[in-house]
Amino acid sequence: MEKTTYNFKEVMSKPERLAPGHRMCAGCGGTITVRTVLRALEEGDRAVIGNATGCLEVSSFMYPYTAYEDSYIHNAFENAGATLSGVETAYHVLRKKGKIRDNFKFITFGGDGGTYDIGFQSLSGAMERGHDMVYVCYDNGAYMNTGTQRSSATPQYADTTTTPAGKVSAGKVQIRKDLAAIMAEHHIPYVGQSTFTSNFKDLYTKAQKAIYTPGAAFLNVLSPCPRGWGYDPSEMMNICKLAVDTCYWPMFEVIEGRWILNYEPKNKLPVEDFLRPQRRFKHLFKKENEELIGRFQEEIDKQWEELRNKCN
Amino acid sequence: MANEKIYDRINEQSPWQDITEGNKIFEAATSKDFCTGEWRTATPVWSAEKCKQCLLCTPVCPDSSIPVNAGKRGDFDYDHCKGCGICAKVCPFGAISMREGK
Amino acid sequence: MAIRERLSGNEAVAYAIRQVDPDVMPAFPITPSTEIPQYVANYIANGEIDTEFIHVESEHSAMSATVGASAAGARAVTATSSCGMALMWEELYVAASNRLPIVLALVNRALSGPININADHSDSMGARDSGWIQIYAESNQEVYDNYIQAFPIAEDKRVHLPVMVCQDGFITSHGVENILLVEDDKVKDFVGEYEPDHYLLNASERMAVGPYAVSNYYMETKRAQRQAMINAREVILEVADRFERMTGRRYGFFEEYRMEDAEYAVVIIGSAAGTCKAAVDEIRNTTGKRVGLIKIRVFRPFPEEEIAKALSGVKAAAVMDRSEMFAAAGGPLGAEVRAALYQAHGTAEVVNYFYGLGGRDITVSDFKAVYDRLETIARTHIITDMYEYIGLRSAQTKEV
Repeated sequence: MEKTTYNFKEVMSKPERLAPGHRMCAGCGGTITVRTVLRALEEGDRAVIGNATGCLEVSSFMYPYTAYEDSYIHNAFENAGATLSGVETAYHVLRKKGKIRDNFKFITFGGDGGTYDIGFQSLSGAMERGHDMVYVCYDNGAYMNTGTQRSSATPQYADTTTTPAGKVSAGKVQIRKDLAAIMAEHHIPYVGQSTFTSNFKDLYTKAQKAIYTPGAAFLNVLSPCPRGWGYDPSEMMNICKLAVDTCYWPMFEVIEGRWILNYEPKNKLPVEDFLRPQRRFKHLFKKENEELIGRFQEEIDKQWEELRNKCN
Repeated sequence: MANEKIYDRINEQSPWQDITEGNKIFEAATSKDFCTGEWRTATPVWSAEKCKQCLLCTPVCPDSSIPVNAGKRGDFDYDHCKGCGICAKVCPFGAISMREGK
Repeated sequence: MAIRERLSGNEAVAYAIRQVDPDVMPAFPITPSTEIPQYVANYIANGEIDTEFIHVESEHSAMSATVGASAAGARAVTATSSCGMALMWEELYVAASNRLPIVLALVNRALSGPININADHSDSMGARDSGWIQIYAESNQEVYDNYIQAFPIAEDKRVHLPVMVCQDGFITSHGVENILLVEDDKVKDFVGEYEPDHYLLNASERMAVGPYAVSNYYMETKRAQRQAMINAREVILEVADRFERMTGRRYGFFEEYRMEDAEYAVVIIGSAAGTCKAAVDEIRNTTGKRVGLIKIRVFRPFPEEEIAKALSGVKAAAVMDRSEMFAAAGGPLGAEVRAALYQAHGTAEVVNYFYGLGGRDITVSDFKAVYDRLETIARTHIITDMYEYIGLRSAQTKEV
């Protein structure tokens, strides 16, 4: 699609597609993701929004209150991919038969639980079949809706209710799964990994590309959760900046199989800076766990190098 | 009816005959009728004088509570603002301050 | 003028799908229903229908995609058996509670374990609480006729419930029999266009599907769903009337075979009814004993009053279950028929048999033995064993 310059004021003047009055926590990252992605829709385009069960779904469609200006479907926890595949196919057929004339776009949202884990199969199927749709993962790094249990998106050493830090445990054992890379291996035309930056240009333009590139697209958006991560809700933008500047959460795209790094911090911060403000990593700052921060740093550095090589 | 809210038609006292088929809702954005502003324990205050209309506060609001019209932001939607304070933190001009209470 | 053909039950269902030409068919293969999506894929590959096939990666996704397509405004269908149905179990409830007029071709096969690919009713009986209308067939003719009727039943505004059209795996699905097919244009006319009032892709309306709802809403929603199932009774008979006018073939909630003067009756679902009919004819011809058969076609909604009425003149009845319920008591059909009789102060003495589990054969002799036993029970008023298995090998003489 054509590259147009990002006009922040123009973009922010577009009509809001996520209405207020939903029940998400004060300071929730998930809704910021949804607002931004939906903002990327062109005004004349209709959309059907899909949603896996999770924080977003139970809070944004609690009978009889829907927070969506567009049509919306929630089905179950593990099938956001399959459900929207059905909607998209229906659109295709009904459009061909002349029963529908409007332009519709298909965007489905799932948390990391419903995307990396229980929804993985259905996501993979939808991407593999190449439906013209976007799957957006609002990645808050745990099964937040059920009270912060670990997912395969949870960072190593994070304290969660099923991987609590304790006398003989330092939190989650495994490193997080690189879902964006797995999606890239589905050979879909567009994959983007992003989070919130001050003018939201990165996430907005990625959402635009994802929506308007024909075929299947996947967006992985780090969406911090103040309750689950344990930081003051007002610190949202700072937490995102640290995630990106420590290279914990690189921002990249894979366009037709070509890896592109969107941001390289001029001053790469130690991962410690990202960990310190969050209660879920508090135990790492005990004397006996010092070494673990070092291991975390090594892992980040290794993955960062691998990513830079892929993007060359 | 212009002022009728969704909860005037469907609420937790509605008889089964009034519940929509399959709990489907046949209109958009009925959540606007629900006042999440009640949740606040801290409230953002906007100073129109200090505000340079940079709009950096507008995308960070999880609750779509900073209205924007033709490139300019207006006062907070206090019916829905939950007082998270992200906007106050990002304002480069000190045009948003948090006060205690609703 | 009907078209004479020789088709298996799967071919017949696929033929009906071709005639209906639904918008979307997500499907995943599982024996013995696999042929249905295969035949449909062939029709599509040769440009005979406009249906779009979604090659989903599991049955859970098959029903999920069908739900999505149906909510979007498309006529959506799928097919499955056994574990495939079990895998989509959660979605069956969602489809029904979202009031979507989905049609599922279910080819009945035993649930695992052990893995068994043959006919029994454990799959559909396991889903009897899901809110789906369930219509069963004795033959390929019946499953074909039922499939066509399923659409106007499901899509009726008084109903808006999904329908599963069942047939016995391998026995009818793969057995080739004579069949009378309805002409294409008549089928098209009979099912009509799918024109939902509310759908996701509606230009003039927004719709949200699938909320979270607190306890203060749940019960009212279920009561409304119950009403839809109650309404289905009337609609099923109306559609059957229309079908009879089109084809001359008459359908109701169940078939009463030689029940006018019957003293001893068998109540059964599915293909084994054919074997029982042969036993009924033989007994009547050789002994003159007054035996009959009630073959249930509609199990959901359950025609409680009508069944009790049909059994009201009978001295003894045997209800045949082709699935275990593991209640350490009766089977699903047995439990519901007996409840119906109790409700109606029925006087028939009733026993409950388990037969055909995992595809175990049942013969004319087996049915004759059942009728003999019913006669003994009616005469002695002694029932030593309420529940028995037919054709079970056992080291003990007294079983169950």
